[in-house]
Amino acid sequence: MIAAHAPIQRPRDAKLLVIHAHGTLTHASRRCLPALLRSGDLVVANDAATLPASLIGVHVESREPVEVRLAQRRSLAPDDVAEFGAIVFGEGDYRTPTEQRPPPPPLASGDTLRLGPLRATVQRMLGHPRFVALRFEGSMLEIWRGIALHGRPIQYAYVPAPLALWDVWTRIAAVPAAFEPPSAGFVLDWHLLGELRAREIAFATLTHAAGISSTGDAALDALLPFDEPYDIPRDTADALERARERGGRVIAVGTTVVRALEAAAGDDGPVRPGADVARQRIDARTRLRVVDALLTGTHEPGTSHHALLGAFATRESLQRADRELAVHGYRTHEFGDSMLIERANIALASPASALTHSARASTMRVIA
Amino acid sequence: MSQTVGNEETFVNASDRNDDVNLAGLRIVITGGTSGLGLALVHAWHARGARVAFVARTPERVAHITKELPGVAGIVGDVSRKDEIHPIALQALGALGGVDVLVNSASSLGPVPLALLGDTECEDVERALAANLLGPFRLTKALLGALRASATDGRGGVVLNVSSDAASTPYPGWGAYGASKAALAHMSAIWNLELETEGVRILSLDPGDMDTPLHALAVPDADRSTLRRPEDAARDVTDAIVAALRRSARDRNPEREALVR
Repeated sequence: MIAAHAPIQRPRDAKLLVIHAHGTLTHASRRCLPALLRSGDLVVANDAATLPASLIGVHVESREPVEVRLAQRRSLAPDDVAEFGAIVFGEGDYRTPTEQRPPPPPLASGDTLRLGPLRATVQRMLGHPRFVALRFEGSMLEIWRGIALHGRPIQYAYVPAPLALWDVWTRIAAVPAAFEPPSAGFVLDWHLLGELRAREIAFATLTHAAGISSTGDAALDALLPFDEPYDIPRDTADALERARERGGRVIAVGTTVVRALEAAAGDDGPVRPGADVARQRIDARTRLRVVDALLTGTHEPGTSHHALLGAFATRESLQRADRELAVHGYRTHEFGDSMLIERANIALASPASALTHSARASTMRVIA
Repeated sequence: MSQTVGNEETFVNASDRNDDVNLAGLRIVITGGTSGLGLALVHAWHARGARVAFVARTPERVAHITKELPGVAGIVGDVSRKDEIHPIALQALGALGGVDVLVNSASSLGPVPLALLGDTECEDVERALAANLLGPFRLTKALLGALRASATDGRGGVVLNVSSDAASTPYPGWGAYGASKAALAHMSAIWNLELETEGVRILSLDPGDMDTPLHALAVPDADRSTLRRPEDAARDVTDAIVAALRRSARDRNPEREALVR
């Protein structure tokens, strides 16, 4: 696939590949998305605003330059902003492809990083020379101010122009919690929300701390996604319950929404509202309890995002989809084209949705 | 349902005073928070238990207010500058964990002393538009997702833009200011209609001629005894916000008890 180079959230010519439940593929214009949904469906999106999580500065002990990418936080509480898990790079910036970035100078617990107006202490190493637990000095407000004034959005070499926060905040961005943009949500704008409403398609949000997509190191990448805190409003849990009662499908906008909803689902029970941490990996072995379809970007095979698609579609369908994406020139990465993937072989929003969840599960196992 | 949205009709009667309303837990962002009406609002909402973040340009004055009012988040920034809007929004959302109410109070007079339009420099008009129209537009847009989330949550989601009678009456000498405030009032009315189904209310309100630094710049020899105290105007503004929060919560979720009672 071609990388999408320009930071345009809603290109007029954006494409949408649909993987239907029965395995057929169709190409659509992404602008036609509402027409692919049904009255009674519930669309759930991640309203996390994106942090300017890239902080350049100096490793005080060695006087070497570093780039810190905040990557993990314990909770979404506003005052829980002193401690982060972070990936540290050596000299340079996003213009160098991540996998070619030099490692940071040797770091040890107790070391100090000076990051613009911020000072942080390495509390401990997290099992890899690039992965550290950091603690910022100062009050909550001083830390927010330092991040706001000094931080830049995390970005990668395929987008040459430096990104501003407005490039990466979705239209519905609310609490700053994401380390990289929940970019499936770029498709959403206020006009689209009105269109959904007019078609009697419900809409709800949750907040999930979308993590980083690449560390430049295969061993670290294998750990992705990290544990990610989320918060599901009561209103959203209610909307999910109502959708289930009327047999409407739950459409997740983005893999982070899948992760939060499936983490919050009890064993075949309703989704619990409130704050928690998503720890599980979602892949072909996962039995989905809540989400019926996923709107997402186009992901490269081998990434954790691509692995998550395995929970929705058979390996065979995904391989055919990968070929279609390549042949038809779909663009990839956060500003790229999109896919809508219905959960395989389930007759959604039809009388068959009265199937019990365990019946759905056995269908999934047969396919897998 | 009351139809008093989007313009000066949002004034409430004296009998509807909400002095006893508990604002505890509400999250409010106030621009122009170190002088005039903005400062009076910071004091009033802080005193009534709200979680307050305010924005102003001068670091020393921001520091002074935050020292005086512990727990209030002071944000240094200039809403008339495009590049400063997202850092301001990020700090406000970070500190408060979301926002229920935004008051755009920061204002620029344009030329000082006031000037006839033919004598007004283009740069002065640009300055007035940047502070009085583009600033509120950009900050509202940056906070709109959070305001939507607040409305959905049954808390509220209200933006109050501080207007002026110069927005509706053409006073000679007030061209830059009056034109920018007229545009702000009209933008508020349109945006309010567009957001009706999202539960977010965008109001504009004329608090009357107040004894503020901005008024002193405009009319240096005014008889200050004829001017309203900003504290009194702040009460009107608060009443209008409370009324809108109640309407928003009721429209959104008739069964649920509103946060503001």
